[in-house]
Amino acid sequence: MPPFIETASQTAGPYVHIGCTPNVCGIAMYGGDLGAVMRTGPVRGEEITLTGAVHDGMGAVLKDALVEIWQADAAGLFNTPFERRGQADPNFTGFGRSAGDMATGEFTFHTVKPGRVPWPDGRLQAPHVSVWVVARGINIGLQTRLYFADEEAANAEDPILSRIEHRARAETLIARRTGPGAYRFDIHLQGPKETVFLDI
Amino acid sequence: MPPDPTPPSPPLGGFMARNRAAQPAAFHPAYKTSVWRSPRAPLLSFPSSLSEETGPVFGHSLLGPLDADLLSNFAAPGETAIGPRIIVHGRVVDESGRGVPGALVEVWQANAGGRYRHAKEGYLAPLDPNFGGCGRCLTDAEGHYSFRTVMPGPYPWPNGGNDWRPAHIHLSLLGPSFAQRLITQMYFEGDPLISLCPILGAVTDAAALQRLVATLDMQATLPMDSRAFRFDIVLRGRRQSVFENRKEGL
Ligand SMILES: [Fe+3]
Repeated sequence: MPPFIETASQTAGPYVHIGCTPNVCGIAMYGGDLGAVMRTGPVRGEEITLTGAVHDGMGAVLKDALVEIWQADAAGLFNTPFERRGQADPNFTGFGRSAGDMATGEFTFHTVKPGRVPWPDGRLQAPHVSVWVVARGINIGLQTRLYFADEEAANAEDPILSRIEHRARAETLIARRTGPGAYRFDIHLQGPKETVFLDI
Repeated sequence: MPPDPTPPSPPLGGFMARNRAAQPAAFHPAYKTSVWRSPRAPLLSFPSSLSEETGPVFGHSLLGPLDADLLSNFAAPGETAIGPRIIVHGRVVDESGRGVPGALVEVWQANAGGRYRHAKEGYLAPLDPNFGGCGRCLTDAEGHYSFRTVMPGPYPWPNGGNDWRPAHIHLSLLGPSFAQRLITQMYFEGDPLISLCPILGAVTDAAALQRLVATLDMQATLPMDSRAFRFDIVLRGRRQSVFENRKEGL
């Protein structure tokens, strides 16, 4: 037992946007919302758009969720001072945060297609985006991953995807390509299409 | 201005598995919204990789001078928010007890009357024109954070027939590892609503629940100005062992 135990999570509640994206609720603050812009200049690699929504167990779209993503740049490097493998693209933050559209609940991230990142044993993971979801009614933030439908060969050897026993469940982690540079990723909190959530 | 965080010196292993016993269950029927918003399948467990061990890191250039001062960061010039003035402070450490520098702490709360500044808010308590209800700061080199605000009021919410949230402040912790991402709420010592709250009831570990309650800190009060409350936060920690099957440089 470690000497300190992680603080208990509590639901983000219905007003998470006041704290995390105040400008979308009309509270002009901070000169703009954190994570609203991931590409701060000309970026390396392919520019892509990720769109989706979060659905509850009855199939309704959540209008009060907050979705965050964190990912590598096109070369598989992370934009953080802790990155020791090279210099990540300085014009790409890797971090996105979206309140979703207040009317439709759809979230959109303008980002880049990530490169491959090594697994602890040195194997390469398939290109992926780490996803974190909170909302009213979610007691502890849910972690999952977004993979890409057009990366079949890499997906087949990905350490996480390849270990999911039920193939239909693995599909819940794969974003569908809807056009050039456009992908759709729906998150289902519960029900027959329930997304695989990760305990990493 | 404190320096921005630099990489830690000791090589660290992967994240220790999350202690779920000290966390609320996803499905907690007394909190009705959790019924349709809780996954039913078991979570898929994996060791952390660089994707979770890294995360966004923010420098102090992100912050404006009033970001951590909710009394005045939304107020008209010369005005201030209405309500009991308080300082909330504490230390962010990991499960090894090491201070976490450079973590972004974002807070939001109701005003002193228990009302949020939000389009969906329907409580009849009045808005305070000088209170926005949000603030943020970065932890210093030892993991300390602090902000200044008003004591939030308790408020009723539609769940059971007569549920009231104890006075609370929402806190979001971000960085430096995405695996440490956490949103929680802090409560105030002595509030009788704490033991009645269906949301807090999801935390069944008594000690974990107690750690969500901030304590009055007379040492840190400002005489004739503000009371202070202390709220320490623990984020997930990494194994100290360097004997892992990692290739050089990863
Ligand atoms: Fe609240």
